Amino acid sequence: MKAFAALYARLDATTSTEAKRAALVDYFQSAPPADAAWAAWFLAGGRLGALVRTRELRELGQQAAGLPEWLFEECYQAVGDLAETIALVWPSVSERADTDEGLAHWVEAELLPLAKVDHDGRAARLRRLFDRLDEAGRFLLVKLIGGGFRVGVSRLMVERALAEVAGLDPKRIAERMMGYTDRARRPTAEAFAALIASAPASASASSALEHPGEASGQPYPFFLAHPLTGDSSRLAEVLGPREHWQIEWKFDGIRAQLVRRGDGVWLWSRGEELVTERFPEVAQAARTLPPGTVLDGELLVGGVERPAPFAVLQTRITRKRLTARLLSETPVVFVAYDLLESDGVDRREESLSCRRARLEALLAHAPAGLEISSVLAPEANWPTLAALRNESRARGVEGFMLKALDSRYGAGRTKAAGLWWKWKVDPMSVDAVLVYAQAGHGRRASLYTDYTFAVWSRPPANDAEVANTIAAIERGEVPAPEALTLVPFAKAYSGLTDEEFREVDALIRKHTLTRFGPVRAVRPCLVFEIGFEGIAASARHKSGIAVRFPRMLRIRRDKPIGEADTLDALTALLQPMD
Amino acid sequence: MAADDLIVLRPEGLYCPAGDLFIDPWRPVERAVITHAHADHARRGHARYLATRAGENVLRARLGDITLETLDYGERLRIGEATVSLHPAGHVLGSAQVRIEHRGQVWVASGDYKIAPDATCAAFEPVRAHVFVTESTFGLPVYRWPAPEAVFAEINAWWRTNAEAGRASVIACYAFGKAQRILAGVDASIGPIVVHGAVATLDRAYAASGVALPATHLATEIERGALGHALVIAPPAATSATWIRRFTTRAGPPEIAFASGWMRLRGARRRGGYDRGFVLSDHADWPGLLSAIEATGAERVIVTHGYEAPLRRYLEERGLQSGRFETQFGGSEEEAAEGEALDHSAEVSP
Repeated sequence: MKAFAALYARLDATTSTEAKRAALVDYFQSAPPADAAWAAWFLAGGRLGALVRTRELRELGQQAAGLPEWLFEECYQAVGDLAETIALVWPSVSERADTDEGLAHWVEAELLPLAKVDHDGRAARLRRLFDRLDEAGRFLLVKLIGGGFRVGVSRLMVERALAEVAGLDPKRIAERMMGYTDRARRPTAEAFAALIASAPASASASSALEHPGEASGQPYPFFLAHPLTGDSSRLAEVLGPREHWQIEWKFDGIRAQLVRRGDGVWLWSRGEELVTERFPEVAQAARTLPPGTVLDGELLVGGVERPAPFAVLQTRITRKRLTARLLSETPVVFVAYDLLESDGVDRREESLSCRRARLEALLAHAPAGLEISSVLAPEANWPTLAALRNESRARGVEGFMLKALDSRYGAGRTKAAGLWWKWKVDPMSVDAVLVYAQAGHGRRASLYTDYTFAVWSRPPANDAEVANTIAAIERGEVPAPEALTLVPFAKAYSGLTDEEFREVDALIRKHTLTRFGPVRAVRPCLVFEIGFEGIAASARHKSGIAVRFPRMLRIRRDKPIGEADTLDALTALLQPMD
Repeated sequence: MAADDLIVLRPEGLYCPAGDLFIDPWRPVERAVITHAHADHARRGHARYLATRAGENVLRARLGDITLETLDYGERLRIGEATVSLHPAGHVLGSAQVRIEHRGQVWVASGDYKIAPDATCAAFEPVRAHVFVTESTFGLPVYRWPAPEAVFAEINAWWRTNAEAGRASVIACYAFGKAQRILAGVDASIGPIVVHGAVATLDRAYAASGVALPATHLATEIERGALGHALVIAPPAATSATWIRRFTTRAGPPEIAFASGWMRLRGARRRGGYDRGFVLSDHADWPGLLSAIEATGAERVIVTHGYEAPLRRYLEERGLQSGRFETQFGGSEEEAAEGEALDHSAEVSP
């Protein structure tokens, strides 16, 4: 338990992904397999549920510390976390037995049985457990039994750490971890050993066909498109004849690869994260595909005919638990646009036109949950396409994908296999005021590079009103309900050159009003043109809107801050949702 | 307050009518008794100062040319009708509790104090009193300090790990008191120690007072090759300024830690944005406050800056009389919670 508590403390103490990964690797390398099995289970999202009710824990902490209820409450208010409060006020036991049973023993022999004893028995048992632990251990204990275990580690990070320990591809670990955190299963030393066992000598797609039970869910590297910019009147000149290109709408979803082999289905995001369990409707539909099939496509709420904005899909990604309601409100479809493997044969060296023909044949009778992306009719020539592209926003898409019909399916951003272009509509943009700044990470540490931007709540009446508003911000006044204010709406940290960042950094230091931890409030004095790809209404943001991929297009030194845009200008960009 | 109270609250500060003197006044007065040289307790502009001899050098380093009379710890001085003496408070070098005696009544004003050992100053001495005026910076049961030896062992281990990785170790802390306590407590054999100019000024005053500190360098004096295993002691404001960039080595930017009692709480550690928090305070923790109060034997306790309300209520539930002085202490150092108030630009010089 000490080792896992120490790991928790190490993970909790840092925001650096690299430091977290190193801590995980250290732990998994040294922990006994039975303990490591539970650690991986908790860190990857497994939960025991609340074994002890919060009120019981609160009473226990208060009584053990010998504090009056009001004083325990004062402590809790100051600390803001029950587990931490209990850990901090629990009396130190002078002669703590220096035994240290592992995490597996704790969970199986001490914690899980708690649910089966009555209230008084449980309190007595818990007291003994707390007395055996130090502060870090007590904190962890409350988190484990109170259902509040969270430590800023993603499942992906756990997979990467395990991969490093095992000397395997993280994708392999991800496959093996499917279902690992199911409530029904208890992690064991054997299960953990299987997670990090060295790989069989060869597990190619073809051998998987022969031995369906050992099918591998390995995806292929994604082929990436290049951005197409410039004057649309020069398309013919740049791209050549229209008939050499397959053209599809570019959807604003999640790029994914669907692998169907043996008895299994694997859905991989472009970040090579295994997301099968988050899209059960897609996984179910994919079971109807013949084994030995791999498709490239896009996860999309609503499908090709009525694509919902990305913000809707986001609610599906961010939720920990998929409720029936969420599944019915945001049905996700896999829109296939390429075929990489069929009949267990790698088709990536075939031309796009061949692969497309196979795809169309395969999905001629696709079940719900699978769709095929439609290709624009060859009659649409370049000028027609340029005009059509302007309808992108109204159609809920980002623009066009242009793929050379003779292109093979390459790996990554290579141009050797033939070209794919993404031809996006120009970003939306507004002029906004810099209001907060935070230092960046890594190379940009101690340089203020992460900015928050705001727009006016309404058009300023005149320069005097702008000046008054800024003066009020400088004095830290809370604005009156009707007063002109600056409404923060987006954070951005890219788009400037190093030179520009240094310049803005100096200005921020000069114009700092106050600090909240690492964040500086900056006197409104700089206007930036902020570009973004999409905009959606959002109840979670104070401004009422959320923008997608915001970035700085340029510094508008020419603009007085009174001429920055208003919130109305932003909301006008919202598409009516049907 | 009864008419014969030895200490009362005036707009200028804590006032003793019997001696016609103020304790740590925040407005200019004729006669000021100074408990210690932190900025919120020792201000400029008073006509005459009284402080401990041990604290003379640091007080002068901070306030410059002042009319100062000093007392040894325990030495008694008759001022007006009051007998005044100063007793170790264990807070920083020269810090004192002020004992005032008048017609058989004894009041003790604690200033800031800590019970835990500190190699750079005299240890807290309990003084019997009828009325005790106490601070309450960390007046909640969640504040219980680990043993300083354990904290220094943690600091040493952290420094060693960073040095092995070739990265500088920066500790952000108050330039006066905490900085010297850390200097005296770390294992100087691990690597070179760099101090910020604001710390160096105080170090000289400590040295002049006979407090042994390890050898240190200014940032401008150390060769680049040695930075990777250096320990850097600097005020918090400097660690978020451009000053800190010079400690970036080939292995990366420096690891930055914060040493303060506030680091006891996870929320404070996270909000500060530091890589690491060391729980090291120059104030009494909750058990320390209670034991100090008990040791005075006082039946009446007047609480100043910090968690006044919970401490008072707790004492009253235990049958003590309690009161409160609303002072202007706190706010220039550790008492101010992490964050902006710590960034006193006055503490930073290049």
